Amino acid sequence: MRGWFLPVAVLLGFIFLYAPIISLVVFSFNDSRLVTVWGGFSTRWYGELLNDRQIMGAAWVSLKVAFFSATLATVIGTLGAFVLTRFSRFTGRLLLTGMITAPLVMPEVITGLSLLLLFISMELTLGWPAGRGMVTVIIAHTTFCAAFVAVIAQSRLRSMDESLEEAARDLGAGPVRVFFDVTLPVIAPALVSGWLLAFTLSLDDLVIASFVTGPGASTLPMVIFSKVRLGVSPDVNALATIIIGFVFVAVLAAGWLMRKQMSKGL
Amino acid sequence: MLWLLVFFLAPFFVLGRISLAEAIIARPPYTPMFERGPDGSLEIIASLENYRFLLTDALYRNAYLSSIRIAAISTVFALLIGYPMAYFIARAPEPRRSLLLLLVILPFWTSFLLRVYAWMGFLRTNGVINNMLIGMGVIDQPLVMMQTDFAVYIGIVYTYLPFMILPLYANLTKLDGALLEAASDLGASPVVTFFTVTLPLSLPGIVAGSMLVFIPAIGEYVIPALLGGPDTLMIGRVLWDEFFGSRDWPVASAVAIVMLVLVVAPIMWLQSVQNRRGAD
Repeated sequence: MRGWFLPVAVLLGFIFLYAPIISLVVFSFNDSRLVTVWGGFSTRWYGELLNDRQIMGAAWVSLKVAFFSATLATVIGTLGAFVLTRFSRFTGRLLLTGMITAPLVMPEVITGLSLLLLFISMELTLGWPAGRGMVTVIIAHTTFCAAFVAVIAQSRLRSMDESLEEAARDLGAGPVRVFFDVTLPVIAPALVSGWLLAFTLSLDDLVIASFVTGPGASTLPMVIFSKVRLGVSPDVNALATIIIGFVFVAVLAAGWLMRKQMSKGL
Repeated sequence: MLWLLVFFLAPFFVLGRISLAEAIIARPPYTPMFERGPDGSLEIIASLENYRFLLTDALYRNAYLSSIRIAAISTVFALLIGYPMAYFIARAPEPRRSLLLLLVILPFWTSFLLRVYAWMGFLRTNGVINNMLIGMGVIDQPLVMMQTDFAVYIGIVYTYLPFMILPLYANLTKLDGALLEAASDLGASPVVTFFTVTLPLSLPGIVAGSMLVFIPAIGEYVIPALLGGPDTLMIGRVLWDEFFGSRDWPVASAVAIVMLVLVVAPIMWLQSVQNRRGAD
């Protein structure tokens, strides 16, 4: 594994990872309607994108869904992680562990289908949720995102110094007070990254949303999927470039901040 | 916790229940499970008809088998590409290491759908790869790459590569350098050292990474739908068509239950491997 073999393999790996993305960005500035024939530099697809009511509406729906599900998922995931790390023995522990880890590996088609069937039978027996739309998508996303938040929160809770909590208890704080004044601030960075991960996952989800949504509440991935299925279209390139640019800037900023914090800590 | 109970566990009961029902053309399109008998008692109506249907229809059997085949082949390729990258990154000096790691994760953060879409533009008959190869004079006729199983392999390897690299990287950084030195002091060549020391020690990482690629790949819907051809058969796609196309919900549920069993088996195996390792 010495010499030229490794660097070449790694270089090819990175080309494999980045070449499609780069070509996507390049062709988003292409003037030609034929996506792969270069017709000169232009930003016309960005203009058409902004005037596309359907895409803009779906983007707004997606952002709202992602915001609410990420927030709910952070609350539920944190509670779940807290129960699992701080109470070592209680009935149903195994069940809870299973319920928290299972959504991570469950194929999306199964999760989507089973949630939809649940919503329908709930509607039949309880009368709620009436019809499907944004509410059911938010519930579904919260459920699968909570698992990811729980995993992140759990690892932070495990590495946290528990004597801090004990000290607070010795000084007379009740369990609720200890949680909000001591535990929560310590694990806050993990919760922020959990929230961001949940937000991204929700924005990205196509399969589960397609199952549980009703007419009128299409998310952005659903609109993109139906467009892309018919073939490559240049305004999707423009949309993709905007999303990719946004993500790259956000991730690089986060990485830079983390590095700065780390060097401060040293 | 109630939330998880209601929205995570309950769906599976409903799913199981509907998989045992029979399709009727009405809303909801399946028969009730409980029915009042003639003497007023509750009778449970369940039928295994849907499962028998799955067994007898070659379409489903082939779909399950080819899902497993496609997922397995993609996993092997992901391992072949991912291992050298994880190894290189784990051996790199510190500042460069986090940069390389960031570069691996970065595409993973961008939308999954858009990454698959990017390959559509790449693999098309008049796409980037074909144009480049023709331009260089390697081929005269464009290669047909879209809508083949090959495109599906590429799509799966591409989207799940970080899942392979990260556990391998985590495993390889923990590798004790003294063992490698000892091996070379004892006269082993780098190649021999790699195959007798590094590779066996990184086996847990290989298993974890392979599972993380294999399991979601089995149920994949989007990749075969966009990159695969009409004869690329994958079970996630069959389920989707059964549900949205034929609207046969009970059969779709039965398909899901069988897939669930298929997916849970390797997870259980992985957990038992991990537990055994923890006990050592």
